[in-house]
Amino acid sequence: MTPTVRARLGTVLAAAVPVVFVAVLFGYPVAAIVGRGLAPEGTLDPEPLRRVFTDPALRGVVWFTVWQAALSTLCTLVLALPGAYVLARLRFPGRSLVRALVTVPFVLPTVLVANAFLALGVSRSLGAILLAHVFFNYAVVVRVVGTRWRNLDPHEAEAARMLGASRWRVAREVTAPALRPAVVAAATITFLFCFTSFGVVLFLGGPTRTTLETEIHRQTTRFLDLPLAAALSVVQLAAVLALLWLVGRSERRAATPARLRAAREIEHAPRTPGAWVLLTANLLVMTALLLVPMAVLVVRSLTPPSGFGLDAYRALGDLRRGSTLFVPPLEAVGTSVRYALAAATIAVVVGGLAAWAGARSRSRWLDGVLAVPLGVSAVTLGFGFLIALDEGPLDLRGSAALVPLAQALVALPFVVLLVGPVLRSIDPRLREAAAMLGASPGAVRRRIDLPIAARALFAAGAFAVAISLGEFGATTFVARPDAPTLPVVIARLLGQPGEAAFHAAMAASGILMVLVVVAVVVGDRARVGRFGDF
Amino acid sequence: MAAATGAATGLEVRDLEVRYGGAVALAGIDLRVGPGEVVAVLGPSGSGKSTLLRAVAGLEPPTAGTVTWAGEDLRRVPPHLRRFGLMFQDHALFPHRDVAGNVAFGLRVQGLPSAEVRARTEAGLAAVGLAGFGARSVRELSGGEQQRVALARALAPEPRLLMLDEPLGALDRALREHLVDELRALFARRERAVLLVTHDHEEAFALADRVVVLHAGRVEQDDDASTVWSRPASAFVARFLGYNVTTAFGTRVAVRPDGLVWSAAPGPAGPDTVAVTVADRTFRRDHFRLRVATAAGETLDVAVRDAGSPAAPTPGTPGTLTLVPGAAVALT
Repeated sequence: MTPTVRARLGTVLAAAVPVVFVAVLFGYPVAAIVGRGLAPEGTLDPEPLRRVFTDPALRGVVWFTVWQAALSTLCTLVLALPGAYVLARLRFPGRSLVRALVTVPFVLPTVLVANAFLALGVSRSLGAILLAHVFFNYAVVVRVVGTRWRNLDPHEAEAARMLGASRWRVAREVTAPALRPAVVAAATITFLFCFTSFGVVLFLGGPTRTTLETEIHRQTTRFLDLPLAAALSVVQLAAVLALLWLVGRSERRAATPARLRAAREIEHAPRTPGAWVLLTANLLVMTALLLVPMAVLVVRSLTPPSGFGLDAYRALGDLRRGSTLFVPPLEAVGTSVRYALAAATIAVVVGGLAAWAGARSRSRWLDGVLAVPLGVSAVTLGFGFLIALDEGPLDLRGSAALVPLAQALVALPFVVLLVGPVLRSIDPRLREAAAMLGASPGAVRRRIDLPIAARALFAAGAFAVAISLGEFGATTFVARPDAPTLPVVIARLLGQPGEAAFHAAMAASGILMVLVVVAVVVGDRARVGRFGDF
Repeated sequence: MAAATGAATGLEVRDLEVRYGGAVALAGIDLRVGPGEVVAVLGPSGSGKSTLLRAVAGLEPPTAGTVTWAGEDLRRVPPHLRRFGLMFQDHALFPHRDVAGNVAFGLRVQGLPSAEVRARTEAGLAAVGLAGFGARSVRELSGGEQQRVALARALAPEPRLLMLDEPLGALDRALREHLVDELRALFARRERAVLLVTHDHEEAFALADRVVVLHAGRVEQDDDASTVWSRPASAFVARFLGYNVTTAFGTRVAVRPDGLVWSAAPGPAGPDTVAVTVADRTFRRDHFRLRVATAAGETLDVAVRDAGSPAAPTPGTPGTLTLVPGAAVALT
């Protein structure tokens, strides 16, 4: 075998692992549910698909899904773009903590957040949906656009200033065009999440507001109309694929090599009164929008009927009589952490291989394949698991492996997003230099690629832990009753009557939030400098 | 020289200081650039050259001191209203605009009619030898072409002060020599003040009327180009310009490698001679450069231009150095 063929083969093998992973755990279950729905008798029946577009009620659902997602995206951009600037370009004490805290909402389970908003007195309405969508996706805009903002060449804006352009003119003619691909990417990702949002719409929308996702859930669980649910899934999947194609296109355009720059070239302390106003206003927005809902959970957990204190936390250690839980809630902490670590390990290995293979090929189809679970509806995936993974070698029913596998699938796209750009940004001359110093291709991978990617892999792993800790949609379908994770416990506690259960849910939420914050902060510490797109 | 008249013309920097946190980047900088004058700020990397340009441009707020133009304090004047031009070392061309779009940018923000913008853009490109390049993408340009576009862009709005950060920076030798002539011609064409920074003394002397040597954020010397070259004011300047700084001939003096004469024979003992041993030699196109060591442990560089001897002395050869009369510059 020539070295070229060997290298190609290595890339193909590396790519095969994630492809098989996604195909078996995502493609197969989704195909099964779609097949079961659209061709129940083995032959294709287009009737359900036709109904989606002709039935006025269902057309209303499609239309509402689209415009609430569009409006949510717009609100998110308006509120988060100034925040992205502040966190990317202004230097102020506590900024890294704020950056981490802003990320936390993104990985919190929807059931928890919906409850926080209800506890704040927000009534079920369109406004509540929009608010919650901004809460979840603020971090998407801050991270995707902020990274790009930090990577802009500050000299370009300064050159425009020296040519006589005012700040406003520079923003319009130099900064905006350079940011546009990142803004488009962030907007598309946000739209995608709002488009497939389940918990928020279910808990905060009220009975009259239905999206494709909640309608799939309703048709499957309440009316048992699997063909219609499958048709709705097909429509949703088609929309998701189209959007992902858009993201991929804008990301390709955004991918300009960034040079290493001194922090002081990029960021500065607020100097003008305007900068102070901007900073203060944005910190207020972040506090009101992101921190207050999180804080209200903590406050509630510390103020059970017995008075201020840790009683609600202590009560988590007991299995109350009449509870729908099979284990003391506190056991869920250990379960959650174990599952999350296993899921993160799987996601880092599979995602790392994918990112490595992706970085070595010019085409980005692999990224596309791996991004599909990003837009997957937890409902579709959960039901797909139940339908497909129940026979032969893939009979994983009741297996403890199912939870980390499902969580790894959800975390996988983020690992690729975090690690891929780092590997791609390795100067090929570094590899050539190593080869000229006598390093074999294997040694180049071990001594150049791996050390450079190690920090990114670690950061991605921490982020995968955070996502897995908060994952609710898929986990709730596959978790064993005697080994629930924290979000599952919270949802069950919230479903129980009584003050004590409510405060126990809040206490469990408090623990979950602390775990998630720790994971995000640990991950953020590892990604000093330019690391990944997200 | 405009600066000497005392009349308030051109750029005047007085007692300028820039700090980054605790670190002092520039301290006590005084600098004048009169109209029609070309001043080069010369210094090693990290000496604060670029910071000085940025402070004058208004991109870096000084922690102390003043920057004035024709007597007007610029403290409250934002960069885009100073009518100064700055050419960045890395060019900082706008990647989303073509060549013409880059050059036209400063004219468009002035709100000039589009016909005039077009005409002046074409004239500006022609002036740097890039006529017809307008529709090209800046990503397709070679380093030298990018440099010319950056220059045309900075010149197009007719700045009253043109600043250049390492104008010949990363270009190859032949291109640099060619561009030095072009730059001189462009500078001379108008009564414009020019302030450039460079780490390369040949570039500074070739382009500038006056040279300001910067060291660790302070001015070491500010003189005519020829004075700086012939009479370095400090040991730092002397070493930076390639002089030997030595006490081998009594008091501490600076002497250029061609201000010393090598001979293999032991010479007469005297105040202008010193016994040395050859430590190393290098071939330098038109001469050999010997590195020699004195008995006291000093090393000195000597130029040997003896056309008669095909081979210069090899390391280990003992010999004598004689100081050329008038070649030593006394250092205080």
